[in-house]
Amino acid sequence: MPELRYVDALTKAHHEEMARDERVVVLGEDVGRKGGVFGVTMGLYEKFGEERVIDSPLAESSIAGVAIGMAANGLLPIAEFQFADFIHPAFNQIVSEAARMRYRSNGGYGCPVVFRAPYGGSHGTALYHSQSIEALYAHVPGMKVVTPSTPYDVKGLLKSAVRDPDPVLFLEHKRMYRLVRGEVPEEDYTVPIGPAVVRREGTDLSVFAFGWMLHEALQAAEVVARDGISVEVVDLRTLKPLDKETILKSVAKTNRALIIYEDNRFVGFGAEIAAIIAEEAFDSLDAPVMRLAGPDVPGIPFSKPLEEWFFISQEKIAQAMRRLAAY
Amino acid sequence: MASKRGGAKVRAERTPAGPDLASSVPWYRLMVLTRRFEDEAERAFRRGKIGGYLHLYSGQEAVAAGFLAAIRADDIFFTAYRDHAHAIFRGTPPQAVMAELFGKQTGVAKGKGGSMHLFDVPRGLYGGYGIVGAHIPLATGAAYALRYQGTDRICLCFLGDGAMNSGSFHEPVNMAAVWGQDGMCPIVYIVENNKYAMGTSVDRSTVVTHLASKFGLHGIENEQVDGQDFLTVRRAAERIVARVRATGRPYAIEAITYRLVGHGAADLFQPYRNKGEVEEWKQRDPIQILERELHRAGVLDDAQVAAIHKEAEEKVAAAIKYAEESPEPPPEELPRDVSAQG
Ligand SMILES: Cc1ncc(C[n+]2csc(CCOP(=O)(O)OP(=O)(O)O)c2C)c(N)n1
Ligand SMILES: [Mg+2]
Repeated sequence: MPELRYVDALTKAHHEEMARDERVVVLGEDVGRKGGVFGVTMGLYEKFGEERVIDSPLAESSIAGVAIGMAANGLLPIAEFQFADFIHPAFNQIVSEAARMRYRSNGGYGCPVVFRAPYGGSHGTALYHSQSIEALYAHVPGMKVVTPSTPYDVKGLLKSAVRDPDPVLFLEHKRMYRLVRGEVPEEDYTVPIGPAVVRREGTDLSVFAFGWMLHEALQAAEVVARDGISVEVVDLRTLKPLDKETILKSVAKTNRALIIYEDNRFVGFGAEIAAIIAEEAFDSLDAPVMRLAGPDVPGIPFSKPLEEWFFISQEKIAQAMRRLAAY
Repeated sequence: MASKRGGAKVRAERTPAGPDLASSVPWYRLMVLTRRFEDEAERAFRRGKIGGYLHLYSGQEAVAAGFLAAIRADDIFFTAYRDHAHAIFRGTPPQAVMAELFGKQTGVAKGKGGSMHLFDVPRGLYGGYGIVGAHIPLATGAAYALRYQGTDRICLCFLGDGAMNSGSFHEPVNMAAVWGQDGMCPIVYIVENNKYAMGTSVDRSTVVTHLASKFGLHGIENEQVDGQDFLTVRRAAERIVARVRATGRPYAIEAITYRLVGHGAADLFQPYRNKGEVEEWKQRDPIQILERELHRAGVLDDAQVAAIHKEAEEKVAAAIKYAEESPEPPPEELPRDVSAQG
């Protein structure tokens, strides 16, 4: 099986879905001739032409809006936003229109659209190219939110998202594009939207993470293993619908839970997981549920040390693991 | 195909040697300084001293210079993320801008913002904005506030051709026109039409390529100007600024210009445009055009040109040194200024 970078697996998924189904179209700023700012849509324009790979003007609200209209009327659009930070003008379209189309029309119109966006901090990305937006959309009934963390999953989940009858927000942590590699089958396969997966078995505590944080957590688990702490690492993969069963099963086994997310801590996605564990696994807990998340400042600052203080590093994760294990 | 609806002709306001020629020498000096600044910033980026994103203004200097030469010290302005030159033209010390690019405590935003997010409160720079188009409504509201407070101050709003395709352009511009009927919106919208929004050329993103005319559809008077010629821009700017100050009505100008460098420092190959086009525009370098004019008018000689270039080199070298030697922001800066109460 070939080893691919995350970005290449994603590109492959686009190519395969477009070849498989004529209804699939891609639109966004510079997705065509340029192949996207991160190169995800590379080669699509040449292969499928400008009717199916649409270079749009700078207009996020309407990129989302026209994609919703296309989806409601028989197409399967994938709308790319250059950065998750730029999606906010489209909030209204996604939340008020895409997510409600089916409910309002009593099932008459669906909205099979995929909104893709790179999210999260990387070095120097600063205030407006680094935000995590998952909680804003996971809050909204009717939306699905997917955050694949491996090349295998990103290909399989994009295919599921394209084939899903409802709107999916597909979030790709930008650090993974070129850093994360993995085996990706040549053939057509899907990874279902929903199920989480245990990436590392352990007995002392459970870590729940997704996207880039999953990789940092796996490294940290390796480090604390040398001190005899056995960490189970669960990759959530899909944030909505959330796989409660896998979460609760893991907590029942380890009796300790650490939730990691890069977004600001307050009302972040991890708060929901903490609440679920508190409500449904209270009896199995040997320690308070712990969250490790971004500080509550508006955006990741530019300067290197400030950014380091913001980022959730392996060291910070290892420290949190030790603290929780010792509780 | 380009529509000409509502658009004014490119104006030529060239008078031979006049009083503004001598007063343009300092602007020539500033343009040379910023060009050097941009070149050295790019070098620092390649050396890994500047991280993240870096968008340079090289080739477009006459636009911001011409307008910033025409406003008063108490006027205000907003711009997008290609913002180093705007700050330096306004008088922000180059070392404070460079320090921001380096993410240092001594930068104009204490290292929190970086290249795209400059601020200079005492000089009325309300920011460089990283979200394209986001600042256009802010500038419009700020202009309203100036009149509401009974002042005769005005606001400049620089924006790119790409920004004009977003709703955050059309919505505030419509409001400005409505408020302008009561003299309540003293703003000049200055479109820096450099022909591209990243890799997308103007004619691939709009059918109405006469961008000034789009303001006409909203009821705002407008014109185009040759953005490579400082003297022309400056004369237009002086006329427009005086009028907006007197009437409180918005006005728009589309400056036809070109960036001689990539979209950002990472845009090395620029597959969306051909080399010939770039070479052609190099022949219309705004610094050379101004230099020739000042030379011809006898207000600038070769010795002065050499001295100005040398001075620019020294100032920028000092700015780099200052930025390199400045301290990093301390950890206490991270949560500071989230709200007024801290
Ligand atoms: C809302 C938003 N969408 C997309 C981007 C990404 N982006 C940054 S610059 C740019 C092009 C803007 O072009 P223009 O307004 O013409 O300004 P120029 O770069 O030419 O100065 C794009 C698409 C962004 N920063 N913000
Ligand atoms: Mg432009």
